Amino acid sequence: MRALTWHGNNDVRVDTHPDPEILNPRDAILKVTSTAICGSDLHLYDGVIPGLISGDILGHEFMGEVVEVGPKSTLKKGQRVVVPFTISCGGCFHCKKGQFSACDNSNPAEKQDASEKLYGHGMGAAFGYTHLTGGYAGGQAEYVRVPFSDVGPIVIPDELGDEDVLFLSDILPTGWMAAENAEIEPGDTVAVWGAGPVGLFAVQSAVIMGAAQVIVIDHHEHRLELAKQFGAKTINFEKTHVREALMEMTAGIGPDAVIDAVGMEAHGFVVDNVLDLVKQKIAPGADRGHALRQALLACRKGGRVSVPGVYGGMLDKWPLGAMMEKGLTIKGGQTHVQRYTGDLLRRIMEKEIDTTFLISHRLSLEEAPMGYKNFHDKQNEWTKVVLRP
Amino acid sequence: MSDTSVDDAPKRASKDDKDGDLAVVGRSVLVGKPIAEVYEGWRDPTRFPGFMKAVEAVEKRGEDYHWTVRAPLAQTVTLVTKITEDVPHKTIAWESTEDSQIKTRGRVTFETAPADRGTVVTADISYAPPGGDVGRIVAKLFAAEPNIQARHELKRFKMLMETGEIATGSFHSKQNEEN
Repeated sequence: MRALTWHGNNDVRVDTHPDPEILNPRDAILKVTSTAICGSDLHLYDGVIPGLISGDILGHEFMGEVVEVGPKSTLKKGQRVVVPFTISCGGCFHCKKGQFSACDNSNPAEKQDASEKLYGHGMGAAFGYTHLTGGYAGGQAEYVRVPFSDVGPIVIPDELGDEDVLFLSDILPTGWMAAENAEIEPGDTVAVWGAGPVGLFAVQSAVIMGAAQVIVIDHHEHRLELAKQFGAKTINFEKTHVREALMEMTAGIGPDAVIDAVGMEAHGFVVDNVLDLVKQKIAPGADRGHALRQALLACRKGGRVSVPGVYGGMLDKWPLGAMMEKGLTIKGGQTHVQRYTGDLLRRIMEKEIDTTFLISHRLSLEEAPMGYKNFHDKQNEWTKVVLRP
Repeated sequence: MSDTSVDDAPKRASKDDKDGDLAVVGRSVLVGKPIAEVYEGWRDPTRFPGFMKAVEAVEKRGEDYHWTVRAPLAQTVTLVTKITEDVPHKTIAWESTEDSQIKTRGRVTFETAPADRGTVVTADISYAPPGGDVGRIVAKLFAAEPNIQARHELKRFKMLMETGEIATGSFHSKQNEEN
């Protein structure tokens, strides 16, 4: 089969690989019909997350048709399914609590060592996202092996197109959980850093959850424009003093909840960010966290901080005093995708949520390397790339 | 295994992790299944090669178990053990016999976890590599990473009990065999 393959920093190619096979009883094999490039794939593209090996297949946002099932799979050949990027067994302590991304059993035992050292606990697995999370081949490919296919994949009714539902795999539940972690109350102002896909879905979710005011912060005019359709107000950090603006737009109180949908590769020519950037160039595993620092300082006393943006390592100059003295609540985490797919599919079917506005480019699998380059270099116009293998 | 710790932490977490002249390794793992099922899963060592990567084969000869354990440089070592205690749904303990290339003893205990969380499985293993050439291989094998190995094997046991399979990140059989 053909698959988008990582070879090194800023070097991805479409290569030929063996077709995937059923290896465990609960596996299924999908023929991929649609797959997207995620902003977090760009962290891999830039080499700021360690743990990839040349030859690894990327892609964790995908859907397709079931073409083969193991004896314990509950799927049937011919079904169309969307697959959560988190691989979860459904039976361990964490899965039973709905903390699917914390699954104990999906990451092979020997591959849990690195995260156990780095984070104190072995992490759950994900598709196409380094050997820290299992080294599973991703879905930017013609075919993909899906473990625990009886737990993750959600069957899609025929009347829905791929583009209506593809983002149930990651970014829609991730934006939704980000808003849920913001614990929105009536009258709240929610500030969202980053008008990328996750930020935009967090905006949409925060509005649905009843926020009185949602303010989104970015420097790409087109992306800020996309946020306005949900009634969000915008701040362009290149033209405006963000913290001052947020105070002035909230009667001097500050946002009740802040969402960092930027993560480890924050932009902006400011001192902390430049120092972080130097460190990141020297050692993968260092995070660049200007957005998160700004969010912590902006958040009102007793407010909530939600962190869906990806961080993988260490961050210093962390305003710990702001967290303690202001009494902030911080929630983060890889998305527990399986917890949200059913409810979000219903909201899509009832036309409460639309995700298709985000897609700016549709490419073939063979064009994927060009898609990576443009999604990376032209973030204003290239808001989301969908590949059709 | 005598426990002379000053606190409530298990011996294997002590900074002085010795059992007399033997080194101690071990780990606790939560298995989300009833105690009877978990005990049964551990009871028959001849099934261990199914989930323990370091164990090539286990054969029962009379009352003894003969273990073929993988060592570095494509070598193997043979352990011979006998069960010294077996209390259903509570504990299984073993000890090496004189035929064993490694002196070792160990115990696995099973306890019901609170609030329907399942069963806590705790393995405590003490070992001392014998001398000579074999001893060096064994020392490498065990001194280098006995703790990591024990931890991996227990995780795989948990996977098998909770999911019915052992996770693999491979996507085709050739890759799976190489891993």
